[in-house]
Amino acid sequence: MLKFIFKRLMMIIPVILGISFIIFSIMALTPGDPARLMLGENATQEDVEKLREEMGLNDNFVVRYFNYMKDVIRGDFGISYRNRIPVFDEVFARFPNTLVLAFWGISLSVMIGVPIGIISAVKQYSIIDTVSLGVALILTSIPAFWLGLMLILLFSLKLDLLPSTGVETWKHFILPSVTLAAGTMATLIRMTRSTMLEVIRQDYIRTARAKGATENRIIFKHALRNALLPVITIIGINFGFQLGGAMVIETVFAMPGLGTLMITSVRLKDTPMVMASVLFVAIAVSLVNLLVDLLYSYIDPRIKSQYAKS
Amino acid sequence: MGEDMVKQDVVIKKKYKKRSQIKSIMFRYKKNKLAMVGFVMFIIMIIIAISADLIVDYEIDAVTQNMKERLQTPNSEHVFGTDEYGRDIFARIIFGARISLFVGLITISLSLTGGAIIGATAGYYGGRIDNVLMRIMDIFLAIPSILLAISIVAALGTGIFNLLLAMSISQVPRFARIVRSSILTVKGQDFIEAAKACGTKDSRIIIKHIIPNAIGPIIVQATLTMASTILTISSLSFVGLGIQSPTPEWGSMLSDGKKQMRYYPHLVIIPGIAIMLAVMSLNLIGDGLRDALDPRLKN
Amino acid sequence: MSEKLLEIENLYVEYETDEEIVKAVNGLNLIINKGETLGLVGETGAGKSTTALSIMKLLPEKVGIIKDGSIILGDINITKASDADMRLLRGNSISMIFQDPMTSLNPILTIGEQISEVLELHNKEMKKEDISKRVDEILELVGLPKERKAEYPHQFSGGMKQRVVIAIALACEPKLLLADEPTTALDVTIQAQVLEMMADLKEKLNTSMILITHDLGVVAQTCDRVAIMYAGEIIELGTDKDVFESENHHPYTTGLFGSIPDLTKATKRLNPIDGLMPDPTDLPIGCAFHARCPKCMDICKKNKPKEIKKGSHMIKCHLY
Repeated sequence: MLKFIFKRLMMIIPVILGISFIIFSIMALTPGDPARLMLGENATQEDVEKLREEMGLNDNFVVRYFNYMKDVIRGDFGISYRNRIPVFDEVFARFPNTLVLAFWGISLSVMIGVPIGIISAVKQYSIIDTVSLGVALILTSIPAFWLGLMLILLFSLKLDLLPSTGVETWKHFILPSVTLAAGTMATLIRMTRSTMLEVIRQDYIRTARAKGATENRIIFKHALRNALLPVITIIGINFGFQLGGAMVIETVFAMPGLGTLMITSVRLKDTPMVMASVLFVAIAVSLVNLLVDLLYSYIDPRIKSQYAKS
Repeated sequence: MGEDMVKQDVVIKKKYKKRSQIKSIMFRYKKNKLAMVGFVMFIIMIIIAISADLIVDYEIDAVTQNMKERLQTPNSEHVFGTDEYGRDIFARIIFGARISLFVGLITISLSLTGGAIIGATAGYYGGRIDNVLMRIMDIFLAIPSILLAISIVAALGTGIFNLLLAMSISQVPRFARIVRSSILTVKGQDFIEAAKACGTKDSRIIIKHIIPNAIGPIIVQATLTMASTILTISSLSFVGLGIQSPTPEWGSMLSDGKKQMRYYPHLVIIPGIAIMLAVMSLNLIGDGLRDALDPRLKN
Repeated sequence: MSEKLLEIENLYVEYETDEEIVKAVNGLNLIINKGETLGLVGETGAGKSTTALSIMKLLPEKVGIIKDGSIILGDINITKASDADMRLLRGNSISMIFQDPMTSLNPILTIGEQISEVLELHNKEMKKEDISKRVDEILELVGLPKERKAEYPHQFSGGMKQRVVIAIALACEPKLLLADEPTTALDVTIQAQVLEMMADLKEKLNTSMILITHDLGVVAQTCDRVAIMYAGEIIELGTDKDVFESENHHPYTTGLFGSIPDLTKATKRLNPIDGLMPDPTDLPIGCAFHARCPKCMDICKKNKPKEIKKGSHMIKCHLY
């Protein structure tokens, strides 16, 4: 098992290298001179040229990428082109906000979406089923940022119950988390329902019925765990989307998180800041996916024995 | 197995007896009320987008500022009200439909072409080519698509062409995966082996056998992609990296209206509903098609 | 000697979907005696599995409907029994073995858990140790080492999985065992082993069995009586002697025998029965077999044949 975890951790490396290289290349293509950016409009051409040389900006961008990654491995993420503060500090300060948001987004969507999906499947074609599918349909069609605006409009501006911007207290996280959870929740309702329906049709469920098991027992002991396997995968995959979605939602709620940092940094061509944020997100997503795989093997004995072998 | 199989056998036999595959798919689709609602909604949207110029004037109503009539709530002259520059929101919504559809369709065409080429190459030739191509696709998939789009837009600059490119690139891996897996399922089957044994050329096998088999899931993915593209484009415009004001795009309308939201909620409610309806119609079509293509899934 | 265990009378079962109504079982009559094995033979789609599922009342919900008739087990009317009553019967008085052992076991539960479940369900007062002991016994009975009860289905071969399925079915020593093509999915060599074991166990536990199959060889080996099914009806029924050795047969039965290769004779081709089973959504008037029957008469196209009985042998055909 340990060997498997180690192997999976090793597999994260090429993915991270790949992602960072893609983003680095894109950023390198971006027009505008970072040295000019750092020194401002009034700096002389000479000064800019000197800084370019210092920063290694005149090198080939592949060389620059490798130099950058070398520094990163040493723990040096560089300084911001914008305000010259160490990138790592800024990213590290904001990362918890995004993580908390993503965590609550996922948790809320699982806590609500999965049970509703199960009920929907078990009571297929009932009113509950129709209503929850309808809600899921609407939620998948609503842009998250618009849902956020509507929630602000209702709960902050009209009812004055919850704060609309900032991250000071747990109350500040309620609206963004709900906004972020809505989309994934809709996906989970639909996924859980359909895998549950799929599992209920399996032969081993018929075997359980033939044993004389009650419907409750069939659902909870035989169907649920089998149905949850694909759902867990979806949750893992969705974590990446959650972080992506968090970018826009953070903008709506003016939260100082990685998302807002990324968006502003991309616009300002602050390459080190963008790179560091992307690396953080990529590592977080990879780790969550590893966690999902481990959870998977815990539930499914077939996978477990596969891992034990490899 | 057992009776379910028997029943399915019977259904299949009947299908071949009574109607062709496409007809029976259409029959099942038409029976799905929600899917038909989605289809009608989508057709209406297309009609509106095409005939936008007949309904309102782009320059006068949708783009030109008219400060005298700014910030009106819905009334008889401006059914959806006006924005902070006095532009008619109804007109902007209508032209917004044109933009969303245009972006959606182009994105699908571009990403489908790219994805089909990559996926087909990977699936058909297999081995190392497959491995390398799909690992690259996996990496692209691991980047949140909105982040990828934002970076590309930042690199190339905002503008509708760059936006289309960014959106398409971020959707390519999805299509590549679908095309590849359709090919892999078809490839192993005996009739392909038979065609190969007869000396059929690769290109002919791909066109004659593989594409017809892969087309179903691709169409489903295409409609769902169009839905998510409309969402993403409005998100990008909302954060200021997409289509810029004064071009009437739903996301940028929301972004403009946000400031006045407290006192003029119609500025954000109406474009949001427009996005929702557009996306919902496509989702309904996609779901309906998926169920019609594979009735087993619907149960 | 024979004591009635199960009596099916005039059973009609339909599958109703949005698009059509499939008439799967049409007026089926059948009696099973205590301790006997009945072979239920017929083509795919003849309604064999539907009959078994009706006895278990496990027809697909809302789709499979018992339209008419009665199924009586001992003093219980199954057609009228409530869900709760049926749950007490299933796995306890009536058990079923399904065709495909590969998919019949839950992949995420150990086989020990799956066997003990049926015991727990029907013996609420039984102690944990006793159940565990009984599981060991049953495993031994079906020829599996008891040490393997902590393993999962994927660690077993197809034949072994079917043994587990049989163990589950026989754990509570049911009065009636429904075996739906229990060996079709297995290798030929394993088939014989499993069949033999089932016959042995059935004898030991004095269980009656309905063996559903399309393999006449299997029937000859294991069954006391044979019922031939066609388009949802039993068209010939008798002891294995009646069906395998007597002169008179339903033309369909003759056709079935004709389609078995005979190793002792030199024939160039097999003699399959021409045509297909009638469309179960649109059954013909008269005898369901008439379109394919080589001895078809005018009356066959108009009237349904009645059951003609000669001793233990029943044939449903206008010829007799």
